This record gives sequence, C-alpha cells and structure tokens, in this order.
Amino acid sequence: MLEMQEKNTTEQKPVIGYVHSIETFGSVDGPGVRFVAFLQGCRMRCEFCHNPDTWNIGVGTEMTADELLEQAIKYKAFWGKKGGITVSGGESLLQIDFIIDLFKKAKALGINTCLDTCGQPFTYKEPFFSRFKELMAYTDVSLVDIKHIDPYEHKKLTGWTNENILAMIQYMSDNGHHMWIRHVLVPERTDYDDYLAQLGAYIKTIKTVDKVEVLPYHTMGVSKYENLGINYPLKGIEPPTQERVQNAEKLLNTKAYTGYKN
Amino acid sequence: MKQLEKKDIKTYWAGFNSGAWQEEINVRDFIQQNLHQYDGDESFLAGPTDATTQLNNQLLDLKKKEREAGGVLDADNNVVSSITSHGPGYLNKDLETIVGMQTDAPLKRAFMPYGGIRMAEEALTSYGFKTDPEMHKIFTEDRKTHNQGVFDAYTPSMRKARHYKILTGLPDAYARGRIIADFPRIAIYGIDRLMKAKAADFDLIGDGEMTDDVIRLREQVNDQYRALNDMKKMAQAYGFDISRPAANAQEAIQWIYFGYLAAVKTQNGAAMSVGRIDTVIDAYIQRDMAAGKLTEAQAQELVDHFVMKLRMVRFIRTPEYNSLFSGDPIWATLSMTGIGMDGRHHVTRTAFRFLKTLDNMGAAPEPNITLLWSDRLPEGFKRYATEVSIKSSTIQYENDELMRNQWGSDYYGIACCVSAQPIADGVQFFGARANLAKALLYAINGGKDEIKEEQVGPAYAPITSEYIDYDEFMDKFGKQMDWLADVYVNALNTIHYMHDKYYYEAAQFALKDTRLDYTFATGISGFSHAVDSISAIKYGHVKVIRDEKGIAVDFKADNDYPRYGNNDDRADDIAKWLIKTFYNKMNTHHLYHGAKLSTSVLTITSNVVYGKNTGTTPNGRQAGEPFSPGANPAYGAEKNGALASLLSTAKIPYKYATDGISNTFGVTPNTLGHDDEDRKDALVNMVDGYMENNGMHLNINVFNKATLIDAQKHPEEYPTLTVRVSGYCVYFADLTKEQQDDVISRTFFEQM
Repeated sequence: MLEMQEKNTTEQKPVIGYVHSIETFGSVDGPGVRFVAFLQGCRMRCEFCHNPDTWNIGVGTEMTADELLEQAIKYKAFWGKKGGITVSGGESLLQIDFIIDLFKKAKALGINTCLDTCGQPFTYKEPFFSRFKELMAYTDVSLVDIKHIDPYEHKKLTGWTNENILAMIQYMSDNGHHMWIRHVLVPERTDYDDYLAQLGAYIKTIKTVDKVEVLPYHTMGVSKYENLGINYPLKGIEPPTQERVQNAEKLLNTKAYTGYKN
Repeated sequence: MKQLEKKDIKTYWAGFNSGAWQEEINVRDFIQQNLHQYDGDESFLAGPTDATTQLNNQLLDLKKKEREAGGVLDADNNVVSSITSHGPGYLNKDLETIVGMQTDAPLKRAFMPYGGIRMAEEALTSYGFKTDPEMHKIFTEDRKTHNQGVFDAYTPSMRKARHYKILTGLPDAYARGRIIADFPRIAIYGIDRLMKAKAADFDLIGDGEMTDDVIRLREQVNDQYRALNDMKKMAQAYGFDISRPAANAQEAIQWIYFGYLAAVKTQNGAAMSVGRIDTVIDAYIQRDMAAGKLTEAQAQELVDHFVMKLRMVRFIRTPEYNSLFSGDPIWATLSMTGIGMDGRHHVTRTAFRFLKTLDNMGAAPEPNITLLWSDRLPEGFKRYATEVSIKSSTIQYENDELMRNQWGSDYYGIACCVSAQPIADGVQFFGARANLAKALLYAINGGKDEIKEEQVGPAYAPITSEYIDYDEFMDKFGKQMDWLADVYVNALNTIHYMHDKYYYEAAQFALKDTRLDYTFATGISGFSHAVDSISAIKYGHVKVIRDEKGIAVDFKADNDYPRYGNNDDRADDIAKWLIKTFYNKMNTHHLYHGAKLSTSVLTITSNVVYGKNTGTTPNGRQAGEPFSPGANPAYGAEKNGALASLLSTAKIPYKYATDGISNTFGVTPNTLGHDDEDRKDALVNMVDGYMENNGMHLNINVFNKATLIDAQKHPEEYPTLTVRVSGYCVYFADLTKEQQDDVISRTFFEQM
C-alpha cells in the first residue's frame, strides 16, 4: 500500500493534448503516407487560413500521447519506408509538452516523426527554449511555413511579425535540424516577384532545407468561415494561375532542394 | 495414327520447357515451366503502330456513332446467336492482326433468346428495333427458355421478393455469367487434343447406373464436345485451323480470342471474364522474340489488337437491366500478376503490355483490368500500375495473398468484379443481391414493404413503441433475415437448375476440367446503411416517425453513435456480425449442385437503384437516396480520412465473403501528393497497406470533382473519361444522370 502510494506520487501525470481532428491518409504532410494529428489552437490569424475552426485554444478532443499513438500505429502498414506521424495544427508548438511526449514514444517505436509548425511560439526564453531543444531531438523533419518574408507584410497578413519564425529557422539551420519550407502563394498578398526573390535568397542561406514547396492558395476554406460566422478576409481573391505558381517555384529554386528524396 | 499426332503436337511446343503439361491438360504447369519474370520498369514498352491508331480511331468513331444512335448501333433480330451463326466480320481486314466478331459487323449486337425471349425482344424494341414474328413463335411455342423454366417453378414468395425489390438482379432472364474458361488451353493444346480429353472424361462418367447427376454430366460433356467442334468451324471461317496448337504468339492470342468469342457468342452473362492469360501469352511472345521473329512493337500491336477486340464485345439489354448495370458493361475481366505458390511473382513484360494498351488506345472500361496484388510484386510494376491508375482510373486491385490462401491455388481468376474462381476446376453460380437495409425496415414494419406498404416478408408484429428497443429489434431483424435467406437461396437454386437445363454454358465448360468445384454466390446490398442503422438503434436511442398506416417513414437518433468507416470497433463489429449472420442463415439451406456458399458485398452501379427502392433508414439516409457502393461506408460517415475508412472495410472477414468485398476509393490528385512521384508512392503504400490489413479489393479513381462536373455538362469533350464503380469501369458519359450525380457526390477524399 505504502509502496503504491509512493509510486503514484513519483509518476508524472500524462500530458493532455487538445486534438482538433485526425487525418489517417496524409500524403502531403511530410514524407510518404502519414497519420496526421491536427492540434487545436493558434494565435496567428493568417488571412488565407483554411482551418479557422482550429484557432480556439484549450478546446478539442482531449487525448494522451499514448492514446494518440495507439490510434496511429493501426496505420503502420500504410507508411512504407518513408511515412509516419505528423503533428500539425492549429499551431502545434502551442502544445509542445504534448508533442515531446508523443514524439519521444514514437521514436522509441522507430516511427518517423514530422512537426508541422509556422514557428510563431518560438523563443529563446525559458522554459520554452529547453523544451524546443528536446523536441528537436525527437523530430525527424519539420514542415515550416514562411507566410511572408517581409516583417511588415507578414504582420499585415497574419497579425504577427516573422521575427520568431526566422529565429527558429536559423536555430534549426545552425543545429542540423532538417526541414521542408512551404510558402502559400496568395495573389495580391505574397505573389510578388520581388518578395519571392527575397524569400528565395533567404532560403539559400539555410543549411538544412530538404525541400521547398509552393502551395497555391485555394478557396476551399470559405465555407468554414461562413459556418463560423467569421468574415472572410480574402473575398474575391482567386487561386493563382499555373504560370504564377511556376514563376514562384522558379524564384524559390524549388528544384534545387532534393534532400527529401533520400 | 495416335503416335503421329503426338509427334505432331510436340513440334508446336519446341522451345518451351517441358513438364507435366505435355502429358495432361494443365495450363498451370505450362506457366510454372515457362514463366518469364520481369523485375524492371516500363521503359521497354512500345507505342501504338500506325495500324493500331488507325483501327482505334475507327473504333472510337463507331463508339461515337453508337452513343449518338441512343446506345445501340445495329442489332440482329432473327439470327439466333451461336458459335457458328455468323460469317466472318472485320473492322479492317488488312490491318487487324487479331480477328473475330460476335456478329458479322462491328458493334452489331447478337440476338440471344435462350435466357428469355421477352427480355430479348424488350431489349430490341427499347432501342427501336423490330422483333421477328417467327423467332417469337419459336421461343414461345416451340423452344422453352431459361426464363420460362424459372417462372414455371418460382413460388409466390420468390415472385414477391423479386417484385418488391428486396431481391434484385436475379439472372432469371439472361445468362448468369461468371464462368471463367481456361482459354489458354486452345493455344497450348489445340481443339483436337481438348476433344480427345473430353471424350476420355466422358467414358469415365458413371458406372452405368444412371442417376440424375450421371445423366446430366454425360449430356453436358457431349454438349461441350460439340461446342469444341463448332469452335474449329468458327475459326475456319476466318481462315484459321485451331484444331492444332498455336505456332506463334499471334496464333496464341488469336486462339485464346476464338475461345472467348465462342463464349460471348453463346452467353450474354452479366460478366464474361477473360480469365488469366497474361503469362501464357508472354511465354509465346518470349519464344518468338528469342527466335528473332517478333519485335516489341509487333508484340505490343498484338496485345493492343486483342484488347481492342475485347472493347468491342456488346450485348443488347433492357432499360431495367441498364439501370442496374450501367454503361454497357460485359466484365471482360482480365486478371494479371499475383504470386505463385512457389513464391515467384507472376509479373511479366506482357502484364506491362496490357497496361500499356490504356496509353496506346486511350482509357476504356473493357477489359476490366484486375491486378492480383501483393506487396511482394516488384517495385517497377507497382509504380507503373499506380501511374496508369492516376492517369486513367481504370485499374482494380485485389488481394492475391488473401485469395491464394483461401482458394488454395495460384491459377485463379476474377469473374466479374471481385469473385475469385480457380480457372481449371472451379465454377461459380452467380446470384444477385439481397437488400439488407430493406430487410431491416421490414423488421421494424412487420414484414410490410416500406414503400408499397404491402405485406412481403413474414407478418411478425411490427415495432410499435416510440423509441426502438434494441433487443426487440434484433429479434425481429433475425426473423426477417431468416425469411430472406430462405427465399433468396431457393430462388437461386431454381435459377441454376433451369440455367443448366435450358442455357448451359457448353463453350465455357468445354474449356475447363470435367469434374469441378462449385461456388454458390450470393450478395448483399445496403450493407453500410444496415450496419449504421443497427448501430444507431444500439447506441443512438432512435425514435420512429410513422405515417397514418403505421409504417415507419423517418427516424431520429437522440445521441451520436459510432459509424462504420472510422475504424471504430463498435460499428465495425456490427459489420462483421451482419455478414456472418446472414451467411450462416443462407448456409442452413440446400445449395444447388452441392455448391459451397459464398457471398459478396458488392453493388456495381445498382446502389443507385437499390437506394431508390428503399425507404428512409435509421442512420438518416433519406428514402430514395443512393446506397453507398459495395462495402463502402455511408456518405458522410467517415470522419478520420481514407485509411480509417479502408480499415473498417478490411475487417469484413473474407472467409464469409469469398465472392468479394468491394471498396471504391476516390481521391483528388493533389490529395495524393504534390508531384507524380509522390502520388505513385502514396498509392503504392496505400494499396500495400490495405492488403496487408486483409483488405480484399480496391477501385482507385483519381479525379478532381470539377472534372466530373464539367464532364457531366460537356460529355462530348470527355468521350473516354472512365471511372471505376464498384468493381468495374465505365465511361462516365454512359452513366445515367442520377448515377453521375452519385459518382460526383460520393466521398472524394480531399484535403485542404
């Protein structure tokens, strides 16, 4: 009895994650076929966000890392050599303790881990920074969104500057953490040659980029805004043309980054 | 004389590895000894020759004219189709390397009254063709048909179940199909050797005591013998002597095709499968190439021309039939690859060549290309197959590991969509579908049909309480299923008895062993809706809304409940229970010919019609709304993405559903990946993973919803847009408007 009590006091309470939804067949969220957990909560308010239903913090389905992992493992047969688990959002880093717990356990089982973040919560301040370093130890690759290369435009587009984001990318570059950089191409917002060229030049300075992807803005999120009664900020803006997408790919030198093929 | 012939036949086998196949009719052993595995990629393949392109354009033009003419270009009304009924017909005699037509002109439909004269005549008149009075007299007064035989024996209960559409698609007015002949026998042995084998078999049937089964088989083998002889005459009309084995690849394909032609000239079965011919054809091509007699371009041309012939097979059907099986399908199902019992894969260059036909001649529904899949197939082939899927959406994938283990053979093929059958010595009796969603409503309504409000099932007391009590419901549902299993199996017993008697498939049976194992196929429709409805009643606290006559017309679930399609055991266990229970109920009955029972969860395009004839179900599906196809989860039930949905389906035990479990998967290209290589990777991993989890069958459609919507508006711009629906392929333009809407609205996995 005594022994048990002792044990209970030393045992850590499992971290609870707030999960927005699960996608069992993620094939565009990191290498190969992936089990994607979309976590709930984000502080950014990107105008082109197609998941406004993930913004609220502290709601969603409560799950422990073990519970989520148990779900994920059922899909192991689909992962092939490259696939695994991706944690996305919302902004995943808002629940960094949960992801550390999840990825640590996933790595122990030999599962490939991928973190999808835009890096906004990143800071060198403690306790976050130590936690981030630990998370990176369990993360095989990160998908990092650069919403805009210009700090002022970034703030206009998302409500925040890109200072933390670029700091995180620099940290990852300096410490050998691999990443895919993704950029959403939005007409009248990000689709300008000079900004794209500037972004392309910036990415060249980052040492650990395995892949660069241009994601054409799409309007499939519009109905969600209607359902949530939120005004849609990009009303009237159409997806970019194929030519503009190719233009952006050229300016970002996407073909030069082939590390993801290894 | 005997010795001379033996020596003679061996000259045709020079260059092949010898084996037991030379001593007995044994195609499998021929393949074992002469398999040329190929582990590379598609880079060796050749494009179309000028002749191929010219012929194909001619065919596409005819197809266009056929569509413009309302679906049928021309039809016989007074020549009863038989193996020898027509003289030769050509598309362009000078260019065709493989010849032979069902009638004397391309796309002209044959008159096939043996299944039922009424259906044959209705088919003619519905397309504006005249019926022939003399034929009418012969097949109503002088010669009984299968249809008349069946209706002479049906009970009132069977007629009712049929009329109220709780049983649908019964083959009681056309051929049952689903019999796969061992066509390569003709190429390897020639007809004379096959006739000799049948004559020898005949002598061993019975010991002189003439019981029913002995009499029947002795008569049937004589029919087979005559059919073989007729095949020789048919080939002769085209200038070929198929009494002897094929001498080269062109002849091998031609001989195989003559066998197939004999089948489709005599039977208008719903499914007229080609079987498994890829490795044998490959051995002949390989032999000719080794001798320097054939180039890759020529080999591809032969395969292209053969496939073109399969694309030209037609039957004339009634509008009612077309509403069930839309787009003029004949299920010339071509099963390829797989893994041998010895562990060798059966991927040959010829499997690549068959896939290449979709590139050389454009996408088309026939033949129904079926890959017997295993994660042990070579990577180069897997990636090419998925590439073809992404481009044309014309391939279905079936679990070779599962089927090989279940059937104990690596020489099996798929009949129709998902029904495996050992080719040398197995036969399947095909049999329609029972609507379990409707049976569930009968349980609630005391056996009264919810649409017509007539007593159809047994008149057990209906459920009268405001909320459905789960135990009371399960008790009543069990009783309705007892009745349905009984009436269903016995209707099929009647059909198969009469089919053997009046419409025996002599040409196809002639190309199989004489002693056969039989499977008695049944099927289930409304599966996902029945499962979700049971789950609703169990977990959702379901309230019934009734009309003035007390028939349940709507339902309201107070609570959320688990749904099939989310890899949630609470719902998926109901799915397993349902299939096992209905199987066991059917299995208590006598089955014709000592056949072994099998069932399928497969609906083809008939999910639309079945849904139309079924009232509102407790899972919230409204009256008249289409069912989900095959074993697919109900529309909108899936919340966790494609793989969760697939794993739910994969739980249905194949042992109880050896007739097949169909899943149709639609996905947009961008969901699969951002580039072609990623897309191929994703599909290969998906199919591998599904099969590793014992998933049985997967149709893959890769489309943007917008493409389909545009194709609905402008069909002329998409003449060859092909979609896979529940086990077969169809030109999108040939679907009815309702079926097109169904395909468009059907779950398309799409990520944002």
